[in-house]
Amino acid sequence: MFLRPAPMHIPDGFLSTLVSIIFWVVSIMGLAYALRRTGQDLGERQVPLMGVLAAAIFAGQMLNFSVTGGTSGHLLGAALATILVGPWPAVVVMTTVVSVQALVFQDGGLLALGANLFNMAIIGVAVSYFVYASLRRLTRGASWGLFASGFAAAWASIFIASLAAALQLALSGTSPANLAVPAMGGIHALIGIGEGLITVGALAFLFATRRELVGAAPAAAKGGRGVWALGLGIALLLSVLSPLASANPDGLEWVAEQQGFLEAARAPLFNLIPDYVLPGISNEALATILAGILGTLIVFGVVVAVAYFRRSGKAAA
Amino acid sequence: MHVHFLDPYRPLTSPVHALDGRVKFILAVAFILTVSLTPFGAWPVYLLLWSIVLSAEILSGLGVGYVLRRAALALPFVLAAIPLAFTTPGTPWLEFPLGPWQLTLTLDGLLRFANVAVKSWLSVQAAIVLASSTEFRDLLLAMRAVRIPRLLVAMFGLMWRYLFVLVGEALRLMRARSARSGIAQRPAAAPRRRPGGSVAWRGKVAGGMAGNLFLRAVDRSDRIYVAMLSRGYDGEVRSFATQPVPPGARVTLWIGLALLGLLWLGGTLVWG
Amino acid sequence: MHHSIEVKELTFSYPDGHPALRGVSFSIAAGEKVALVGPNGAGKSTLLLHLNGILRGQGSIAVCGQALTEATLSAIRSAVGMVFQDPDDQLFSLTVFDDVAFGPVYQGLPEAEVRGRVEQALAEVGMSDRAARVSHHLSGGEKKRIAIATVLSMQPEILALDEPTSGLDPRARRGLIRLLGELPMTMLVSTHDLRMVRELLPRTIVLDSGLIVADGPTTEVLNDPDLLQAHGLEMP
Repeated sequence: MFLRPAPMHIPDGFLSTLVSIIFWVVSIMGLAYALRRTGQDLGERQVPLMGVLAAAIFAGQMLNFSVTGGTSGHLLGAALATILVGPWPAVVVMTTVVSVQALVFQDGGLLALGANLFNMAIIGVAVSYFVYASLRRLTRGASWGLFASGFAAAWASIFIASLAAALQLALSGTSPANLAVPAMGGIHALIGIGEGLITVGALAFLFATRRELVGAAPAAAKGGRGVWALGLGIALLLSVLSPLASANPDGLEWVAEQQGFLEAARAPLFNLIPDYVLPGISNEALATILAGILGTLIVFGVVVAVAYFRRSGKAAA
Repeated sequence: MHVHFLDPYRPLTSPVHALDGRVKFILAVAFILTVSLTPFGAWPVYLLLWSIVLSAEILSGLGVGYVLRRAALALPFVLAAIPLAFTTPGTPWLEFPLGPWQLTLTLDGLLRFANVAVKSWLSVQAAIVLASSTEFRDLLLAMRAVRIPRLLVAMFGLMWRYLFVLVGEALRLMRARSARSGIAQRPAAAPRRRPGGSVAWRGKVAGGMAGNLFLRAVDRSDRIYVAMLSRGYDGEVRSFATQPVPPGARVTLWIGLALLGLLWLGGTLVWG
Repeated sequence: MHHSIEVKELTFSYPDGHPALRGVSFSIAAGEKVALVGPNGAGKSTLLLHLNGILRGQGSIAVCGQALTEATLSAIRSAVGMVFQDPDDQLFSLTVFDDVAFGPVYQGLPEAEVRGRVEQALAEVGMSDRAARVSHHLSGGEKKRIAIATVLSMQPEILALDEPTSGLDPRARRGLIRLLGELPMTMLVSTHDLRMVRELLPRTIVLDSGLIVADGPTTEVLNDPDLLQAHGLEMP
């Protein structure tokens, strides 16, 4: 049995029933729309292309490379799929991959599948698209722009998706936010680098062998604007929520409690964890560092957004 | 290269294997839902739920050992819940210093962690029984039965069909890579770079393999599309009319749902 | 008029400009069994893909008396059974039964008739006991036979095969040649296997660089060493 570390596939039992159901509803809506758009864009070809690409992504997740001694880097593939076939088909492809993984290989739970789909198929793709499309436009189609955008898109998709997973865990009361967010975020900030490297490697190969598959910057016309805005919105939202949650776990628990996630009689409010998580570094400082990173992302996002809209305002588009 | 090991289906003869896939699917999901809805601390309910899934494991001929081994592979995530044991306030049970700081293990925290672990463990066992006793084709029929769109189900089917082909290709690529990963024998004094290249280089190699896989996949999907067109494909997914669920399976479904419903009700009333 | 192919001045270039077919003309009468040989890159596969309208070039194609147009596409795809080189590309369903049933289902036949066709097609290729099997568990030879069954179930008038014996071990190859010999329909077989051509196919068309350079009885074409050598072929 191949052991593939799947740090982002949340198993059953970790999310509360309500959180699971909410994200099921959201994912179903998102997927229904993505299916419709994919049918419009790809037509008859969609079934074989999506199916076989999903198989390739699954197989691709088995390709590993050693990072240090025992650990290895792996691929999620949302960014690569988005770059190759566009955002809506990528949502469908990733949905296929994550669903079959859950159903057959128990990578991620069945009830939690809604949340996992949201994190990997929707957020992963939306953020990838947002970062990739923006950066490619900014670099005006230069070749190196392909690789820089690919790396950034891959990293961002993993990092932001992991924040979403952490918040879902926090909302469910399974993990205090001021631990889940830095932990998930920190781990996936590293994993994201691996994703970025593999994505760049794949893009380099495709650029050399089949340039037309990756050459052009994605056309905004293909309805990408909606996804782009979604990606930006999600990245901003999570960037804002995460440090807030991290610094104010009480606030989040209060919300959770009001929703009945925590059975009030049995589980008292989470207190702050011991004053420091890492030796010598206070909890607040950790949250601040995280907020700093995320704040940078927000600034970047805003700058890019402004540049993009100005550019498309000027151009005939 | 045959990659059958990836397929979790165990072809055995058992009442569980013979049970209609749609019923099994619904019961498995209902079981997981019941586990999820079971209130904190309802240990007798967990015990009863465990006995249900245990019976399924034994009845199906899969064996408890097999299911537990597969369950173990799926649960490293449980480590993520360990902090619960230390962060939930309550009566302190154990205190021990770890390096420069003091970790307090509370009883409530431990129980809370145990809850998450048990829920997770029970759910994954149900999922394993489902996947190991049901052919993938029947799982797809079950998905159609719960109204998942035809197109999506067709894509799942194609992914499954070509999973083994592409994983085989990936394994061959990795094998070719290992075959070229020897370290040159040189006299000790001769200058050399660190073998294995840099992390970035290795990442690029892995990426190149991924790109290779993707390219083959896109080309193959074109050929499949041509083959489908040649046999009359017009974009619509067509299949035979579905057989109705046999009465015996229907009865099993209702009994199972009723049992789970009772457990949920009991649990919620007493501990909810 | 039926079971026949008429190709006139077929010309086709790929989108990148590469001219694959440069005015190909030939006709195949009902029941004829014809080999299509030539070096790699000659355009053999491209030609085959024109016969059921997957590729559309200039010139005219008539299959079974019907001109190939947008309107007749569906009927012609029913009449021309295309068997491709890699059976893994054609066995795309989960079970053998599903794959063999695919054609008849899309022809709009009722369920009972589809089942009958599947049984018959599997019997014709000697794979009756494999109906419930999963495609990726089969051997290469078995897959090739099933691939043929997937088009036989459509009851085509013409069979077009691309490299049917490639990749087969001697025993599987022998079995396949025997099978092809037993099938009655008009056949066009693109192949490198000249020994099979000599054994099975009385007429041979030689294609090179998008042009037909020879078209005649196999005994003549394959016994002309200069012709063979000029076009990258070897005497069998």
